[in-house]
Amino acid sequence: MSRHTLSVLVEDQPGVLARISALFSRRGFNIESLAVGPTEVEGISRMTIVVNVESNPLEQVTKQLNKLVNVLKIVELDPDSSVQRELLLVKVRADLETRSQVLETVSLFRAKVVDVAPDTVTIEATGSHDKLQALLRVLEPFGVKELVQSGMVAVGRGTRSISDRSARPTDRTA
Amino acid sequence: MTDQITGAQSLVRSLEHAGVDVVFGIPGGAVLPVYDPLMDSTKVRHILVRHEQGAGHAAEGYAQATGRVGVCMATSGPGATNLVTPIADAYMDSVPIVAITGQVPSGAIGTDAFQEADIRGITMPITKHSFLVTDPSKIARAVAEAFHIASTGRPGPVLVDVSKDALQALTTFEWPTSFDLPGYHPVTRPHAKQVREAARMIVEAKRPVLYVGGGIIKSRAHVELLRLAELTGIPVVTTLMARGAFPDSHPLHQGMPGMHGAVAAVGALQKSDLLITLGARFDDRVTGRLDTFAPDAAIIHADIDPAEISKNRVADVPIVGDAKEVILDLIVALEAEHSAGNVGDYAEWVSLLGHMKATYPLGYDIPSDGTLSPQYVIERLGLIAGPEAIYAAGVGQHQMWAAQFVKYEIPGTWLNSGGLGTMGYAVPAAMGAKVGRPDATVWAIDGDGCFQMTNQELATCAINDIPIKVALINNSSLGMVRQWQTLFYESRYSNTDLHSHRIPDFVKLADAYGCHGLRCERAEDVDATLEKAMSLNDAPVVVDFVVHRDAMVWPMVAAGTSNDDIKVARDLAPSWDREE
Repeated sequence: MSRHTLSVLVEDQPGVLARISALFSRRGFNIESLAVGPTEVEGISRMTIVVNVESNPLEQVTKQLNKLVNVLKIVELDPDSSVQRELLLVKVRADLETRSQVLETVSLFRAKVVDVAPDTVTIEATGSHDKLQALLRVLEPFGVKELVQSGMVAVGRGTRSISDRSARPTDRTA
Repeated sequence: MTDQITGAQSLVRSLEHAGVDVVFGIPGGAVLPVYDPLMDSTKVRHILVRHEQGAGHAAEGYAQATGRVGVCMATSGPGATNLVTPIADAYMDSVPIVAITGQVPSGAIGTDAFQEADIRGITMPITKHSFLVTDPSKIARAVAEAFHIASTGRPGPVLVDVSKDALQALTTFEWPTSFDLPGYHPVTRPHAKQVREAARMIVEAKRPVLYVGGGIIKSRAHVELLRLAELTGIPVVTTLMARGAFPDSHPLHQGMPGMHGAVAAVGALQKSDLLITLGARFDDRVTGRLDTFAPDAAIIHADIDPAEISKNRVADVPIVGDAKEVILDLIVALEAEHSAGNVGDYAEWVSLLGHMKATYPLGYDIPSDGTLSPQYVIERLGLIAGPEAIYAAGVGQHQMWAAQFVKYEIPGTWLNSGGLGTMGYAVPAAMGAKVGRPDATVWAIDGDGCFQMTNQELATCAINDIPIKVALINNSSLGMVRQWQTLFYESRYSNTDLHSHRIPDFVKLADAYGCHGLRCERAEDVDATLEKAMSLNDAPVVVDFVVHRDAMVWPMVAAGTSNDDIKVARDLAPSWDREE
């Protein structure tokens, strides 16, 4: 099993998210994270889907995704040649005694405090999956009261955009 | 300024523009606006069925017999959910149908309104695509795109759900001249390099088999297939969905492979060194235990759906394309190989299979107690009605016997529910086929279990002058399930006895529905009864063939076992290695 990041361009039509998530569940895939948003082109949304699978079944699910009429393009993004980011908001216990240590962690991870209460601080952090997991490990001992994380978004490095890239190869040319 | 019409009028006009000549359906609250202008249409005939499932299967039967898109219509909620089974059936067997459903008014969607069901959501995994239209100006485009999607690429069912307010509101009609489907580009032209590679493997192979599926019929590639087979001399097996794609009478035809396939057909796959797979999908009922399927064969897999390729069995040469175009290109590439002196030599292989076919022909035992053999009835029916007739089967033993003992020569003459295995398919599918092909004799070969699921459509047939014929293979039980109970559950017949030799009286039932009812209980009466049924064309005919209930379908590859463990009868395995 390995993590794969798929960037999927879709028509911005009602029901398209349901179609895609239903397809994953029907084929027995667990979506680890999913993020959707508009793109530079009006009417086209982009989904970033992270799945944990073998490569053969991934091929199958990619082909099935390609069959959806509202799906325009699917590209698998390699972590080495793409920028991958998640956003995290975490409310951590921080009383007079621990506050300075918490703030030090925040600055070490280049995170920031977005809200302060007498005995907690709320921290915003962005970064790769691994970096955010590391931050959480450090914050854990102080007492995490609430945690919310976004799905991952990713973009390929370099000048080329997703519309320049060839789609994930299918058997036609394989 | 263009005339203002209602969304409902736009929908009917769209159906006319799409070339629809018949719609099977039932009105109801949400779809009612459509039924008013439908009454005035001179192009679209609406056939009022008795259950929406019947409408769906009729649309399938129509599509499978004619190659055109079948259309069914229902109201929201229960009307729409009753279409779910035929939609799933059409999805599994790649049948082009468009299902049109009324939906509650858009303002009421999501409120659990009366007769509301999220039919688009419900059918998402079993449709090729679906539309929910709430804007009357978008009805024509949705219908046009639905027909385009249903009938191109790998065919399949498309749902168009239209809210009642969109049907009632005013709009202008404009039939789209182009499609706005940037994500839909079925590949029909095969990749030249792959085709050349396939041709090279074919001439080098020693034991090749043309393993052909329903895709041949969908792409109307039977003439090209015959040319390919005769050009190369390669034996052919036709799957359950491909019966009729290659003439049964042809010497190269080895029969149907699969769980109840002919020994020569199953043996051909198992012993092959190259499967030339055209429009087939390595279904588990064909492969048996996948890891022992055709163990020595390299795989050429051509399909219009890229997702089928390497789904179950990894392809050595994958070819995405329409079956007809693939075969045409393959013929050109093979002729080039032949001109270069590379001609495949399969003489030994063909003779081995010929031996297998002669040693293990399809057969059956005549019951010793004088009761009627179901296989005999079906065999005689096939001979008397002939290869020009259309046969629609239900699901179970009678379906397998109909696939085995009727000899098919022409594509589109064998209709059945292959993938989903929907009991109740036969009568409404036969009805749809008869509407699409009124010139043809259409026989439903049905079981007494299946028949009782959808026989209310006999009323539709009788009233609308659709004289189908039903051969009821009445063994008074859920025969295939009973067979499995005999073989795998120590003959403990839990809930498979239907008592249908007693209840209902099918002859009286036929009579009640305004059909001719005949009964036949003895082998010596079979031909005369069939001749009688063939001669009655003023109303549908139901023949109650009261048959022996212990007859079993053979050969059989038990579920989950290897094709190598095929049995020709209980505890009797063929010895197909004798020649080696």
